[in-house]
Order: sequence, then structure tokens, then C-alpha cells
Amino acid sequence: MTHCYFCMVTKSRGKNRLSTYMNQIIYTEQFSGNVFKLVVHAPRIANSRKAGHFIILRIDERGERIPLTIADADKKAGTITLVVQKAGVTSTRLCGMKPGDRILDMVGPLGKATQIHQVGTVLACGGGVGIAPLLPIVESFKKAGNRVVSVLAARSKDLIILENEIRQWSDEVIILTDDGSYGTKGLVTTGAEQVILREKIDECIAIGPAVMMKYTALLTKKYNIPTQASLNAVMVDGTGMCGACRVSVGGSTRFTCIDGPEFDAHKIDFDELILRLGGYKGEEKEAFERYLQLQKS
Amino acid sequence: MQNLKNDREQEWRVALRGKMKNKERTDIERVKMPEMDPQVRILYQDREVNKGLDIAAARQEASRCMDCVNPTCIEGCPVSIDIPRFIKQIEQGNIPEAAKTLKETSALPAVCGRVCPQEKQCESSCFYTLKLKKDPVAIGYLERFAADYERESGHISVPEVAPGNGIKVAAIGSGPASLSFAGDMIKLGYDVTVFEALHEIGGVLKYGIPEFRLPNHIVNVELESLQHMGVRFEKNFIVGKTATFDDLKAEGYSAFFVASGAGLPRFMNIPGENYNGILSSNEYLTRVNLMNAANNKFDTPVLRGKNVAVIGGGNTAMDSVRTAKRLGAERAMIVYRRSREEMPARVEEVHHAEEEGIEFLNLTNPVAYFADEKGRVNNMRVQRMELGEPDASGRRRPVVLEGSEYDIAVDVVVVAVGVSPNPLIPSALPALKVSRWGTIEVNEETMQSSVPELFAGGDIVRGGATVILAMGDGRRAAAGMHSYLIEKTGILKS
Repeated sequence: MTHCYFCMVTKSRGKNRLSTYMNQIIYTEQFSGNVFKLVVHAPRIANSRKAGHFIILRIDERGERIPLTIADADKKAGTITLVVQKAGVTSTRLCGMKPGDRILDMVGPLGKATQIHQVGTVLACGGGVGIAPLLPIVESFKKAGNRVVSVLAARSKDLIILENEIRQWSDEVIILTDDGSYGTKGLVTTGAEQVILREKIDECIAIGPAVMMKYTALLTKKYNIPTQASLNAVMVDGTGMCGACRVSVGGSTRFTCIDGPEFDAHKIDFDELILRLGGYKGEEKEAFERYLQLQKS
Repeated sequence: MQNLKNDREQEWRVALRGKMKNKERTDIERVKMPEMDPQVRILYQDREVNKGLDIAAARQEASRCMDCVNPTCIEGCPVSIDIPRFIKQIEQGNIPEAAKTLKETSALPAVCGRVCPQEKQCESSCFYTLKLKKDPVAIGYLERFAADYERESGHISVPEVAPGNGIKVAAIGSGPASLSFAGDMIKLGYDVTVFEALHEIGGVLKYGIPEFRLPNHIVNVELESLQHMGVRFEKNFIVGKTATFDDLKAEGYSAFFVASGAGLPRFMNIPGENYNGILSSNEYLTRVNLMNAANNKFDTPVLRGKNVAVIGGGNTAMDSVRTAKRLGAERAMIVYRRSREEMPARVEEVHHAEEEGIEFLNLTNPVAYFADEKGRVNNMRVQRMELGEPDASGRRRPVVLEGSEYDIAVDVVVVAVGVSPNPLIPSALPALKVSRWGTIEVNEETMQSSVPELFAGGDIVRGGATVILAMGDGRRAAAGMHSYLIEKTGILKS
């Protein structure tokens, strides 16, 4: 196990004896049945990350490398916050980790930070677990002096996460659920269009499932609103080396890990992205079944 | 040069030369490398093909070397190994000394003995090749033998290290260039830290070159040697991202060697190239080599195809296609736009691939891909090529044969048409001069970049070369940085 090199050189350990190790989980919280929040000791990353950045982690020797966007960071405590939704083997195992457990490998911050300017009014659209990476962007836009209207949408009430944190940095928050269990019944686009028709929007950012971003982009294109979407592609190394995360933007191939993760949403080929996200579906399903089998035995 | 001459006049060398007539030496046939049976080895992803020489075979091969007055072979070695000395030590039976000789100038002898294109380097400048028109002394096999023998003996010598001078330097990336740089700098007394972005040290030696050609445990032993000498390794660390150059300067680093590699795969930009099932050789090999995806006990998936096409003719293409065969492909094909003569791959790899039943579709180039309704590639359209006039690389340029298009059924395509420099470091340092291809521009002798405290080498400078050329860069950069730091700090004596 690696002692936290950063803490050793800066002599900053001791405050929290738990955090003597790199990538140690300090705190966990269950947002809903499948969505968990993890606070992880990673002082270097906490210190250098900006809104829009992500990390890649590997739980243990047999684990795969997966990308996760940084939802929040605390420079003083040396921690970053990750929000994970159970989907495959790694995310399920991650959601089962407890304070004191250690993630074997974590690298970051990766990707390009979000371009934050004072533009006027920003429409921030978050879908499901995509609300987590939206949070630092909302915060940064607000701090840069913008009016921020956030539209949060999910299948049902328990999947609307981080509502209070988003509220803290938004002038207004509109909530929608597919089943009407919270807020207005409807999709993210319903809420977004309502805002667009009501006031002048200077920029839009959309983060969530690929389908949600696709329809948000179609909507804002209709109204000519510059829109960024943050993509969550399949990745291995996260440093430009493998090309698994390639995406077509404006007819040319870009790498999500080093050119993104945010791109001009009006130029992204979302249909290709949706197909590519399923590129390892069969293999992932098999791996998940093997994992469940292993848990039983 | 004088040292080489003096060494050659040592008593034991003179005596050894007198033991056999040159005619007897040149009459011996070059040794054959014992190999695993092709039909058996294609069943195992992790078994090494070449088994290595035994001591009798190695000593016999060593006796072929005539210990020339003017050893041209050394000029063919990018890290200037004293080749005749180590070979004569093998002939004498003093294998531990031979291993020590190798380590004087090479941080990775067991690796180089396996992956260097010797036929283009030392062996191409061997007296046998140049003057006798015979098969050269098997310098690569002998290098591997000495390194393996030492490792297996359990008595691994650690090269001498000068007393620490307290000056901190960093190497960025942990591939062959960095390791070679780190080895030289630690010997000079510097405090060396190697920063690596991935979770394993070794760069391309780990993620790229497969187990059947270069087992990881062999790389690990060479890494341990460096660790014993005092080199520190920081994994999961991207300089410029995890911490900036300024952060590291504030932590006391005086100079940097950037060897971040050519980690950006090239694609061909042809229709359908983003369909599922089409991936870069970097992705394919990383999944299998670094992430152990071929093993069910590991979580990372890999696509196993029935009909696998690998585009390209270099070592990476050979590694990919042979990996595909081992993962169960019924048809594993090389699709290469020139002919076998122009293939950049090592001769031995092409030969091994042929033995393993790899199909070679040479003078063939893909033009488009087609997919099923789920977006998975199922067909590849190719066209035939012929060779025209030589191009800038000196190889004959492939020219399209009009109307020669036909389709091949494929379910996995691995694109191995080269790599571009990784842009992470250049983009973190706007003051750094880069070429229009994205490679870092350096002084060729000192490897110093436009930022004085920053040196660079390996593929980030060359844009895609070999392990041994990268190691040569690492050595030159170490020498260059040493002179720079002597001048800058004024406290060091060379």
C-alpha cells in the first residue's frame, strides 16, 4: 500500500489519521438505490482539478480502468468527491466500498477544464447521475458572475441528486421527473424549452445520458444557443493513448479524453456515440454475470 | 576508443584470441534460437516464443566473434555497448562479468536482447555481415543470454552509484528512454524520480509489447535493479496535470527529461472507421498486456474476433495480429499497403507470424468499413496496390490499382498504422518549441529543448521509433543534462 506521497512531502497528514494513504475512501453516502457518493483522499488531484475535469481509477489488481468526473473537491481536506451509479462490475464494486477502503490506482485530473466566462445567462441541464459533474460547472459559472438557471431531470424523485448543492449556485432550479414523482412530470427538454421561451439564454451546458444530451442539443440548436455537452465515453488510459473514446465532432474524429470531455453539442454525432457506448456490451454483460456468480460462491 | 583498445590488449583477451584460428571461428555456423512449437505457442498468450540459448551454445556462438581491432558493431549500437568485451567474457565462460559489461551502458539488457532490431543495428555492422558476407554473430541472442543467466543465477550485480549530490531531477514517462536516462543519472549521483501516468512502470514495454515476446517479469527485474540503485518511481502521475512543472520546481526539481512517448494512435480517416470492433493497436494491446483482458479473472473486456484484420506492417502490427491468433481468431490477417520487403517489423517477428499461420495480405489497403445494425463492423473494403517510385522514406511508394476493390469479412479490425506524439506535455508548456508534427524540438547532441531545464527524447522527439533508439536518447539526455547542471549549479565536479 502506498503512503500518500503528497502528505509526506507537505507534512500535512495527521489531521485525519484515516487519510494516511493515497486514494483512501473517507466518506460514503447512498443517494439512491443505485447511486453513491464517495469522498476520496487525493490531495494532488484536489489541488489541481477544475470544473469539467475527470479521473481514472482502478479498484484493485484485477480491476478495469474507468473514468469518473470529479463532482467536487476540498483542497484543504485534500479530498475529491465522486458520484457513481451501479452499472457494470467496477461501478457495482465501487458502490460497495466503505470508509477506510483504498482504491488501488487513481490518476487525474484529466481532460480539458470547462471554459468559464461571464456570458450572461447560463442554462445548465443535468440528467440523472450527470447532475454530479454538472455541479462544479454550475458553481464556476455562478462565481464568474453569470445568472444560472439549472434544469435537473431524472426517471424518479430518488434519482434527483445534489439538489441542495446545485441550488446553492443557481438563481433558479427547475426539476422534472419521468414519472412525476417530484417536480414537473416530463423530460429535461420540457423544462429547458420553458426557460428558453421565457428569457434570453446565452449559453447552455448539458450533462447526462447520451440520449438526453442529444435531444437537449437538438432543442438549443433550434434556438441558436451555443451548447456544450460533456461526454462519458469508453476509455482505457485517459491520456490519448488508446483512442477508445473517439467521437465524431463536426465530421472529424476527436478523443474525448484529451480533446474533451466537453464538445460543441451541435456538432457531436450522438447516434455514433450511442452505438460506441455499447461497443463492449456483450463482454461487459458476461463479466457482470461472472462477478455475480463469484459473489454467490 | 583508447579504452576499447586497452581492454582488447588485456592478457585474457589476447590469450582467448590465440586459442582459435580465425578460420576456425568463421567456419562455425550461426546458432539457431530454440523456439516453442508454433502450433503449441499459439494456444498461449503468455508463453515466450524464443527459449534462449544454453551456455554451451552461447559460448560456441561467442567464439565466432573475432574480437576485431576495429569493432564496427559498437557503432551500430545506439547505447554503445562494448560488444566484443561482453562476447569474449561469454566465450571465456565468465557470464556474470559479461552481464556487468552490458549494464555499464544499458539499463535494460534482457529487454534489448529480445526486442532490438539487431539486424538493422549491431549485427548489420558486424565484420561477418560487412566483409565476409556471412551471417553475423548473434549479438542479440548473446545479450539476452548474459542478462538471463545473471537473473536466473539470483546474483544480480548492481552497478556502482556515485555518492548522492542532492540535486533532484525528474523523468516524465517510464518507458525505455526514461529508464535509460534514470540509470545514467543515478550513477552520476542525482536524486532521480520517474513519473508515470499509468499504474505500471515500463511504458511500451508493459502496455505494448506482448508477453510472448517480452515477459513482464523480465522487465520487472530490470526495474528492480534501477530501484536498488535508488531511482524512485511515482505511478498514476501526469506531469502538467496532477502537478504542474512549477509545482515540481517548487518541490525542488532542477531539471526534467520528457519521454512521454508517441501515445496518440493514428487512424486512417476512412468511412466507417468509428464502428465498434475497430480499434487502435494501442487499445487492443493495452487491454491484453496491461489490463490482462485475456484472462477471465480480470474485469477488463477485450473483443475476440473470428476474422481479425490488422492494418500495418510494423512490430506493433505483428504483436497485434499474433495476439489475435492467440485469442482464438480463425483468420488473423495482416493488411499492409506495401510488400514484405518494405515492412518495418523485425525480420524475426514476421517470420514467427508466418510460422503461426498469420495471413499476409500485402499490397492491400482498406478504403471503407461496413457494419451491422448494432454498429459492429462486419465487412472491410480493400484495394490492391502496386509499388511505384521511392518516397521520402526511401521505400517504394504504394500506388492504387484502379478497379481492384474487393470485400473481406471481418469482426475485429486493429489499426496499427503508427502513432503521433502525445500532446499532454507540449500543451502544458506553451513556451516549449514543437515541430508541426507535435514532436518536441531538441538539440540532437544534448537533447535540450527550447526550455533550458527541459530535455526530451524517445518517441516524443522522434515520433515513433524503437526501444533502443529511445534508450540512446536517454543516455545522451543524461549527459546533456549533467553538463547543463554542472554549469548552472557550479557545485558539481564531473
